Amino acid sequence: MNAVEVNNIVKSYNRGKPQALRGLSFQVQPGELFGLIGPDGAGKTSLFRILTTLLLPDSGAATVLGYDTVKDYKIIRRLVGYMPGRFSLYQDLTVAENINFFATVFNTTVAENYHLIKDIYQQIEPFKHRKAGALSGGMKQKLALSCALIHKPQVLFLDEPTTGVDAVSRKEFWEMLKKLKNQGITILVSTPYMDEASLCDRVALVQHGTILDINTPQGIIQNFGKPLWSVRSNDIYRLLNDLRAHDATYSCYAFGETHHITLKEDDFPIDIIYQYLQSKRHESIEIQQIKPNIEDCFMALME
Amino acid sequence: MKKSVIITDKLTKRFGAFTAVDAITFEVTQGEIFGFLGANGAGKTTAMRMLCGLLHPTNGRAEVAGFDVFRQREKIKQHIGYMSQRFSLYEDLTVRENIRLYGGIYGLKTNELKTKSDTLINRLGLNEEANKLVRSLPLGWRQKLAFSVAILHEPSIVFLDEPTGGVDPVTRRQFWDMIYETANAGITVFVTTHYMDEAEYCNRVSIMVDGRIEALDSPTGLKKTFSADSMDEVFIQLARKATRND
Repeated sequence: MNAVEVNNIVKSYNRGKPQALRGLSFQVQPGELFGLIGPDGAGKTSLFRILTTLLLPDSGAATVLGYDTVKDYKIIRRLVGYMPGRFSLYQDLTVAENINFFATVFNTTVAENYHLIKDIYQQIEPFKHRKAGALSGGMKQKLALSCALIHKPQVLFLDEPTTGVDAVSRKEFWEMLKKLKNQGITILVSTPYMDEASLCDRVALVQHGTILDINTPQGIIQNFGKPLWSVRSNDIYRLLNDLRAHDATYSCYAFGETHHITLKEDDFPIDIIYQYLQSKRHESIEIQQIKPNIEDCFMALME
Repeated sequence: MKKSVIITDKLTKRFGAFTAVDAITFEVTQGEIFGFLGANGAGKTTAMRMLCGLLHPTNGRAEVAGFDVFRQREKIKQHIGYMSQRFSLYEDLTVRENIRLYGGIYGLKTNELKTKSDTLINRLGLNEEANKLVRSLPLGWRQKLAFSVAILHEPSIVFLDEPTGGVDPVTRRQFWDMIYETANAGITVFVTTHYMDEAEYCNRVSIMVDGRIEALDSPTGLKKTFSADSMDEVFIQLARKATRND
């Protein structure tokens, strides 16, 4: 049995406006760490709200642990944990009060499932008498995850847990997810950060309510299908414009300290580009063939 | 030599016993793209609020666009632009109304505003959407419009607070094209971001840890100093040293 099954889900909010979800289908296996990768407006939150039984789809169907998200919503709610994108805890309750509240709502106690949250909760326990509203971003995130875990869910839905969080906290958060996965919990996580895709078992790249591709991170990269070159010179902004102006260029965009380009013809000699840049008086030119990453693939798929 | 548009000298902000910003000293020159990085809670927002004339510093000295952050805060506000992902345009006003509102706030004259508004709508290709509510625009267009509105009055500096959060990778790059153009036109860009690849696009980058500026250099210089392959590594090396809990 699949942990999550989504069959042709359609959702729209306003007539005349584009659909938020345009017939999405995919499956998630038990114990999988599955990523939904896409920008704002891709439909990630709508999908999570449907799967956590908080929103009804216009058409299509979905199951979680074999239960229907419409008919069996009461059962699903007991079996899943959900961490919404916006901080959803009670800001005027303390850390300890929040976690006790969520345990009580699910008919359990913090003591009973403490082993599940221990690693995460210990980091915020020194502040347990502080109001949740007064916590830093990283600590709020840890508290929200603890609250989503306290009833020992079998499937965990995390909607953009790392948005607006700095690079260090993001790393720590993914380390926590890996540990949870090792305990057998199925995890669906959404993120707008493309670099986080490589930390998932499989990912769906989503844009405008449709899936662009669904595969293992390596599989997505293997399907890129074109040689990709990284180019740099001493004047990176002029370089971007010069590369874009060349007839042989198919795509060219900035990527960190270099530019990534693909050519219209795969066998076009790259030396010609090098000489062209020399003629434009670029200095310290370096051109290298590189392996694409998820963000390169996402942009190629967006076309 | 290019003139400095931001000069700070031991600029400090304390809230009670807590030192949010601890004697930061740096300069930003005209037309520079300056990346202002730091972990959550490092003091970036507090520092930026002081530089924008929104918060009174406790100690030290700073000038922004030639005006003093203690005594000339209203002047500063007139000579800077500001945009953040969280707060930028009014969703229940149309494109044209938003331009008029911000132009008016920034003190543009009616005639000037009319011309600038038309030019801007043309340049962004928003002719068909000019009288539509901003809410109905895709996020990427809204961000570009918000940025253009923030520099409509041709300020000396524009402050961008995480302008590209949640935007798709293509739009994010188009947004950086606009940043480059703006800097080329002589407007200084002061930008915060959590995307480390964007830190590489800046001329210089500062990294705050626990209220202090721990590093300030070009991305290439920083990578050399910290023997790192990427800005991500530099950032993580520095931010891991943080001892503040929030």
